[in-house]
Amino acid sequence: MELLLVAVLGLLYAAGVYLILRRSMVKLLLGIMLLGNGTNILIFLLGSITKGKPPVIDADHNVFQDIYADPIPQALILTAIVISFALTAFAIVLLKRVYALVNSDDLDDLNTPEEEDI
Amino acid sequence: MLFTILLGLFSAILLIPFGSRLKSKWSILLPLIPTGIFAYYLGFIPKIASGASFVQHIEWVPTLGVNFDFRLDGLSMLFMLLITGIGTGIFFYARTYLKGHPYFDRFFGYLFLFMTAMMGLVLSDNMLLLFIFWELTSISSFFLIGFNNDNKDSRKSAMTAMTITGMGGFFLLAGLVLLGNVAGTYQISELIEYKDRIINSDFYPLILLFIFLGAFTKSAQFPFHFWLPGAMKAPTPVSAYLHSATMVKAGIYLLARFFPALGGTDLWSYPLMIVGGFTMLYAAIHSLFRIDLKSILAYTTISALGILVFLLGVGSREAIIAAAVFILVHALYKATLFLVTGIIDHETGTRDITKLAGLRKVLMPVAIAGILAALSSAGLPGTFGFIGKDLIYEATLHSKENLMLILTILAVITNTCLVAAGFMAGWKPFAGELPREYSQLHLPYKSMWIPPLILGTLGLLFGLFPSFIGKWMSLATANSIFGAETDLKLAIWHGSFNTVLILSLVTLGLGILLYIFNKPSEKKVSFLEKFQSISSQSILTRYSNDIIRFSTWYTGKFHNGYLRSYHLKIILFAEGLLIYKLWMSGPIQIDFDNLTPLTIYEVAVVVILLGALLIVVSTPSRLTAVVSMSVIGYCICLMYVFYSAPDLAMTQFTIDTLSTVLFVLVLYKLPGFLNLASAKQQYRDIVVALGFGAILSIIALKVLYEPIQTQTSDFYGENAYILAKGKNVVNLILADFRGIDTMFETVVLGIAALGVYSLLKLRLKSSEKE
Repeated sequence: MELLLVAVLGLLYAAGVYLILRRSMVKLLLGIMLLGNGTNILIFLLGSITKGKPPVIDADHNVFQDIYADPIPQALILTAIVISFALTAFAIVLLKRVYALVNSDDLDDLNTPEEEDI
Repeated sequence: MLFTILLGLFSAILLIPFGSRLKSKWSILLPLIPTGIFAYYLGFIPKIASGASFVQHIEWVPTLGVNFDFRLDGLSMLFMLLITGIGTGIFFYARTYLKGHPYFDRFFGYLFLFMTAMMGLVLSDNMLLLFIFWELTSISSFFLIGFNNDNKDSRKSAMTAMTITGMGGFFLLAGLVLLGNVAGTYQISELIEYKDRIINSDFYPLILLFIFLGAFTKSAQFPFHFWLPGAMKAPTPVSAYLHSATMVKAGIYLLARFFPALGGTDLWSYPLMIVGGFTMLYAAIHSLFRIDLKSILAYTTISALGILVFLLGVGSREAIIAAAVFILVHALYKATLFLVTGIIDHETGTRDITKLAGLRKVLMPVAIAGILAALSSAGLPGTFGFIGKDLIYEATLHSKENLMLILTILAVITNTCLVAAGFMAGWKPFAGELPREYSQLHLPYKSMWIPPLILGTLGLLFGLFPSFIGKWMSLATANSIFGAETDLKLAIWHGSFNTVLILSLVTLGLGILLYIFNKPSEKKVSFLEKFQSISSQSILTRYSNDIIRFSTWYTGKFHNGYLRSYHLKIILFAEGLLIYKLWMSGPIQIDFDNLTPLTIYEVAVVVILLGALLIVVSTPSRLTAVVSMSVIGYCICLMYVFYSAPDLAMTQFTIDTLSTVLFVLVLYKLPGFLNLASAKQQYRDIVVALGFGAILSIIALKVLYEPIQTQTSDFYGENAYILAKGKNVVNLILADFRGIDTMFETVVLGIAALGVYSLLKLRLKSSEKE
């Protein structure tokens, strides 16, 4: 399964990079989101992945009795997901504003507003 | 010693709030500060003359070897007295010269700053401290030279001076750091103990090269000399101060200061003798072709600096004595000549010597000062200049056998030209018939003509009583430059008709003849300008223009304003770097035994994910892309479920849903994607993107093979319940162990929420909208 995840994260990165090389602002944003997801999976792989053993202690015990999934990557990813949501939300609203102003999704239309007098 | 430096600095700072009040009669306070400092240092003379030196040590950054180490010895004493003594004259003079100038206070602020920097420079006993003051002189002189900042030429010459001296500063820093590392100390007075180590070190030639470049740029040696004539655009008091005793002498000071530790080798002597010798001759001849008083003085200054560099290069006992005396000789007559020029310029409005004549009839005291200085610079018997010239010939005659003749001839030619140039600047404006247009001139305020008169008279007094100044000042100076006893004794008359005296008289005679027969004219100036295109100045200007053109091209290429182009460059660069690193780290190894087994539903999820990914990348519809994006998010969420991360799955699910809703709500109105890129561009981007993905996959594979460190995870696992009284370890890490981090993360979210809210509520005025 690890190999499959490796392939998935590679493709997520590739798609993300491809999208941020486009002219559309929405694609740029989608690309950033994909890069975020790819990075999360990369971090997830950094701890050895474990099936069916969440890092939660049994109700009857005070310490782990069995092996358990690495909690640190999970904590990191959780933070990353939340922060990237903040970024996405802000970017989406910003996009809307830009669209309202320039009436275009094209990044190049933002370049020289003085000359083109938009 | 520190307090005198601080005094200068505070005076500069205090001028910011109180400067405007000082424009009136209170401005008399300004010159009193250098006067006070001058008087304070005069008190040290008896002890310094008896061979003592004073040190002051205040720790600043001891771990880096940077300390406020100050040391007053014969050499720094001479410079301190010149800086503050001539400074006093300049301050009095400038107060009148610039009366009513709108930036009167600013000028004195710069002047104080510059004086402080110079004092710090000559008192520093720490190389890095010396460097700081060195740079400060460059910076403050930039403001002084460019003081008439509404004049284009003035700005340009300030920039030139700053560029040249700043460039030299870089070299100096490199040289000093190298020297400090080789010697193991940054204390200048300790360097001499490590002389053997320094001279035998492999870095010795490099240290010398760097320090020489620093000194040559500051002291305007060929080919860096051209900033000095340019700096004449400054107000005359500045020229007088910078070019007689301070700024340009800083390079000389540096060489003299390091002479005991670095000097005495062929590597030291020959470069200095060649550069100094060439500069003194070149500038002396040049000065004869000028008709602007300040230009003549500028070139004679360069020539005098050349003589000093040359003498330090010769490095014999006689040469050091000559240098020690000549610094003082030159400072006295050159400051006088500059100040006299300033008065002439101020009163007549011209500095063209072909037009000036007979001014003695209207400006008598000024004429006395000017003529005294001219005589001293010509080396007439009875003036201080005569003694300086004697010592120079003494030094060349006592140099090595094979060099003696060449050096002496060189010195005679240079001095002959300087005699003529000195008469042109100090004699010619006052001699002959007074043109009618100047007959109404009247003497300026006392504070303008008294300083040059005092300085000129000092030149005469020191010449008449040389043993006095020799005993109290020059002996200590020469000793501290030489690093040993020099037995300097100055006398007007050595008691016999020797070669030196004959040479002096020959020089004087030839110089006067040259003065009589060399008629300055416009033609000669324009003749000289024909060579402008091969001068070092125009070559340097051409180079700097090329650099500007290159950086414009470079910036246009890399900073073209297209975000995707920046992305592409950054990603390509990262790819290159990573490929190199991965290539160096050897082949990939995979440990198949440790992998978790595949199940059919995992494969199904991955297939769905990849399908959605393809749609996101290729769809022309915005809504489809957003929905596919959420499919990808849910697939990842499922993977978290499979691999024991329930918290992540829940978070991912919530966030993904929220993002999609937000996306659709806000952006559903947008048009579909336009296909803007050409097929070629798209293929290029696909290759770049797949390459980047592949590199990341390889990195992930390499990580998989590395053994995992689990100490931290184990700590959290074991202590979750014991320390934090909880059972979900991920939650505990976020909310308890790293609680403060999470709190700040919440703050970030809050700020983002505020941003979102205000952007949504923002109502633009119609004027801003279009």
